[in-house]
Amino acid sequence: MATSSERSPPPFPDSEDQDVLDAEEVRGRDSDEDEDLFGSTVCTGGVDLAVSAATKSDDFVDILGSETGAQRGEVVKADVTVEATIDRSEVTAGVTDPLSQQEAKQTSTTPVIDLSGDSQPVTSKIADPLVDLFSDAPPAAEAKKPSSANIDLFDDEEGSDIFAEPLQTKPAKQPQKSLFGEPDEDKSVTTKVTAGGPLQDSKPADIFSQAAASTPSVTSTVNPKTNGVHSEEDGDIFAEATVELSLDSPRNERKKEATAKPSAPAPTSLPAAASLAKPQPPALEEVSSDLNPDKDFRGHLMMYVLFFSGDGMNAYMAYKVSTQTTLPMFRNKTFTVRRRFSDFLGLYEKLSEKHGPNGFIVPPPPEKSLLGMTKVKVGKEDSSSTDFVERRRGALERYLQRVVNHPSLLQDPDVREFLEREELPRAVSTQALSGAGFLKMINKATDAVSKMTIKMNESDVWFEEKLQEVESADQQFRKLHALVESLVVHRKELSLNTASFAKSAAMLGSAEDNTALSRALSQLAEVEDKMEQLHQEQAASDTFTFAEMIADYIRLLVGFFPHRKCEFCDLQGSFDHRMKAWQRWQDAQSMLQKKRETEAKLLWANKPDKLQLAKEEIAEWEAKVTQYERDFERVSATVRKEVIRFEREKTKNCKRQVITYLECLLQSQQQLIKYWEAFLPEAKAIA
Amino acid sequence: MLQVDISDALSERDKVKFTVHTKSTLPNFKQNEFSVVRQHEEFIWLHDSFVENEEYAGYIIPPAPPRPDFDASREKLQKLGEGEGSMTKEEFTKMKQELEAEYLAIFKKTVAMHEVFLCRVAAHPVLRKDLNFHVFLEYNQDLSVRGKNKKEKLEDFFKNVVKSADGVLVAGVKDVDDFFEHEKTFLLEYHNRVKDASAKSDRMIRSHKNAADDINRIASSLYTLGTQDSTDLCKFFLKVSELFEKTRKIEARIAADEDLKLADLLKYYLRESQAAKDLLYRRSRALVDYENANKALDKARAKNRDVLQAETSQQLCCHKFEKISESAKQELIDFKTRRVAAFRKNLVELAELELKHAKGNLQLLQGCLGILKGNT
Repeated sequence: MATSSERSPPPFPDSEDQDVLDAEEVRGRDSDEDEDLFGSTVCTGGVDLAVSAATKSDDFVDILGSETGAQRGEVVKADVTVEATIDRSEVTAGVTDPLSQQEAKQTSTTPVIDLSGDSQPVTSKIADPLVDLFSDAPPAAEAKKPSSANIDLFDDEEGSDIFAEPLQTKPAKQPQKSLFGEPDEDKSVTTKVTAGGPLQDSKPADIFSQAAASTPSVTSTVNPKTNGVHSEEDGDIFAEATVELSLDSPRNERKKEATAKPSAPAPTSLPAAASLAKPQPPALEEVSSDLNPDKDFRGHLMMYVLFFSGDGMNAYMAYKVSTQTTLPMFRNKTFTVRRRFSDFLGLYEKLSEKHGPNGFIVPPPPEKSLLGMTKVKVGKEDSSSTDFVERRRGALERYLQRVVNHPSLLQDPDVREFLEREELPRAVSTQALSGAGFLKMINKATDAVSKMTIKMNESDVWFEEKLQEVESADQQFRKLHALVESLVVHRKELSLNTASFAKSAAMLGSAEDNTALSRALSQLAEVEDKMEQLHQEQAASDTFTFAEMIADYIRLLVGFFPHRKCEFCDLQGSFDHRMKAWQRWQDAQSMLQKKRETEAKLLWANKPDKLQLAKEEIAEWEAKVTQYERDFERVSATVRKEVIRFEREKTKNCKRQVITYLECLLQSQQQLIKYWEAFLPEAKAIA
Repeated sequence: MLQVDISDALSERDKVKFTVHTKSTLPNFKQNEFSVVRQHEEFIWLHDSFVENEEYAGYIIPPAPPRPDFDASREKLQKLGEGEGSMTKEEFTKMKQELEAEYLAIFKKTVAMHEVFLCRVAAHPVLRKDLNFHVFLEYNQDLSVRGKNKKEKLEDFFKNVVKSADGVLVAGVKDVDDFFEHEKTFLLEYHNRVKDASAKSDRMIRSHKNAADDINRIASSLYTLGTQDSTDLCKFFLKVSELFEKTRKIEARIAADEDLKLADLLKYYLRESQAAKDLLYRRSRALVDYENANKALDKARAKNRDVLQAETSQQLCCHKFEKISESAKQELIDFKTRRVAAFRKNLVELAELELKHAKGNLQLLQGCLGILKGNT
């Protein structure tokens, strides 16, 4: 959750930061914990602004050419959207209490409508352009023709990228250029606004609605269009942005600078828009609560997976998933649901289907284990089966944790449903031997074959390096995992042997006829008994903290290369998705080439009737090529971002886990010292 | 004064040559200080000569040192040589060092056990005066003892079978002396317990060693992970690898010390209690002989035939039994004193070493955690 706190803040850009800093001063409530978080978010805004400011003059011109003028306005608008949201969020933040809607409305209204007489200078400043935006946007939107959803979506995503991932300044900037370069730019802006519109309709409580209210006409005109246009991906993309909101802003809200919020919640409205676009009833709820954070907003999810199982041979294991959250997107703060293992798999299937093609790394669930399950069912009191259960429980918990920690996945309605809804439709496709599963297997096999045949000449050095890195890390982790497993085995052996030695020592003590020696020996037996406990605990810690962490990473790493045969799982990897996108692009290109050749031939053969058709086809394919190329770039960017996110998470997680592990070791050493210290006088007392 | 130690030992292929160094003021030695080279077989010869000597029937014969067993270690070294290609150079050197250390440890242990045997003999009030012992210490040529041939081994085997069968018979005889009766039950129980404890401690230590080996391998694996590039995480891994490397050294030391202080002690007392049991067996045997002689005498008297012969043998048996009983009592008391002292010494040392190592480990962990937490 503290993801953003780890980001290195890029150099502070000029103006926007000033504003932000001002705001910071204005609102003097803060806590140091959020300082860095805040810093990074500020940068987000800063970068964004800086880019747009810079682009106005140079980049834009190349890309847009004649459209520059219009573009200029749009840039401002784009800018403003951010600001607007900032504004809004500030309001949200400002309203600390279980926000009385009235208050919210007032505060937001003031900046939007009033330009000057506001108590908060920053807000007013921002509000200024906001008004601009709203007055500009509608005409722009109307002027523009509805463009393909794809591009639109692309824009949005890149835009939110920037908010979400300030770490990567360069790659972030690049897409942004294209964002602004897109003729559909304002379209996307409008979409955002529109999002405000319906929002307002359904939720009068919404603060943003005030803003939207000023442009009701826009809302109504664009709204239907947008609804149609929004794709699933769109939602995700928005979600990605929202992540920041849900992960950062909560904290901000409580303890932190108001300023941090500006950038973080900037995309707030986006997910709202996204989810609104889809007919998702909970989305509304989310939106409303999003904007009405209550006081105890701590902004993170806590999850316990408790295990209990049914009866009989048909028994299945059910897991109790308890969520504790202060995220406003959930209806309650704590809730518990019962889930089966297949539900977890089902969740993964849904998520990977939706997000995988975009290059997201969808955390893989633990693998199905028929053997382990059967063991659990048959030999109830076996230690290996309890071990298995605990392992799986832990793995599932970490899996869920990883999903909710993933900024975009958390926003997915399926995730929310999984955590919140009482009854979940049974996931059929995940059953091991079902027909669907079989089909999927075949699909995967063909996929694997095609992947092996695709030879992608990697033009991007970064990807090449990463790929190699990941591959060797994968190998190393595997090796390490095997070693740790063997350590666990030996540790368990040691524990067993220590226990039996303790027994023998006790017997020896009882056989000994020297009283003091006999006593010392039975003491030794006790010490060894305790040692046995220690070894056992240590073995558990080896397993659950160390080995499982490694296993998790192997699972995750495998996520990069699903085509590789692996015992852990088989899933769609982001690198492969990228490869697929590339393949599509290449195919389209060669197709275009063919069409062009045909055209040339026709031209030469002088057949004007067919020529027209060929030209149309060329145009069509040209569009496709650009689209696929963009797709590819988008996927690349996402993968890149995801890999960085993954690495950051990995580093953090690894460190935390290893430290926990070492602390456990430390504790057992302390115990050891205690035991032997108690024993020493006994040994000395032997006379 | 008689002081014996093994000043040096040499491992040659399948045999170990011990340099036995003696310092003595006893008049029957030509010099005050001298050294000879002896092999394991010669130690066995000496031991067997004690066992076979009727004179020593009333004493606990110091147990013979176990045969040096380097086979496992050698085999491992050989395997390592074969697997050289499949390992990285680092791993190879690490493994090699490890095996060499293991070999050295076994070597030292073997030497120590042989030395203990000689010291026990040298400290024994009667055995130290044994002629064979003196020859063993002084004669600077090869004693040209040969290992037992197959026939002798077979004989030994039968002897053992007869002895143990006899032991069962003899054990059923109720002892007249409470002290010996008590000692007998005690030793029987004790021997079994020590045997059990020794086996268990061996297993415990072996698994401890295995765990230490695993830690070592984890350390090198982490090291490889850590050297892949220079990211933060890699540095972290390097640090952890370093820690593991150190802790595994300590773990290995713990295992080695437990081996030395605990397992070897138990093993020694396993053999020593066996020797004490043998003593009791000899005494019981003598007792049975004595009772049989008494019966024979009664019979002879009743028949009034060969009375004198029976009387002599009865008196012989009586004398033998009494002699054994007398020295055995003292021997058994000494055995107990020695045992308690040895256990005290070793257990104290064990506890101290365990403490030392645990504290070392603790310090390492604390230091490492401090660094790691400081970095994050």
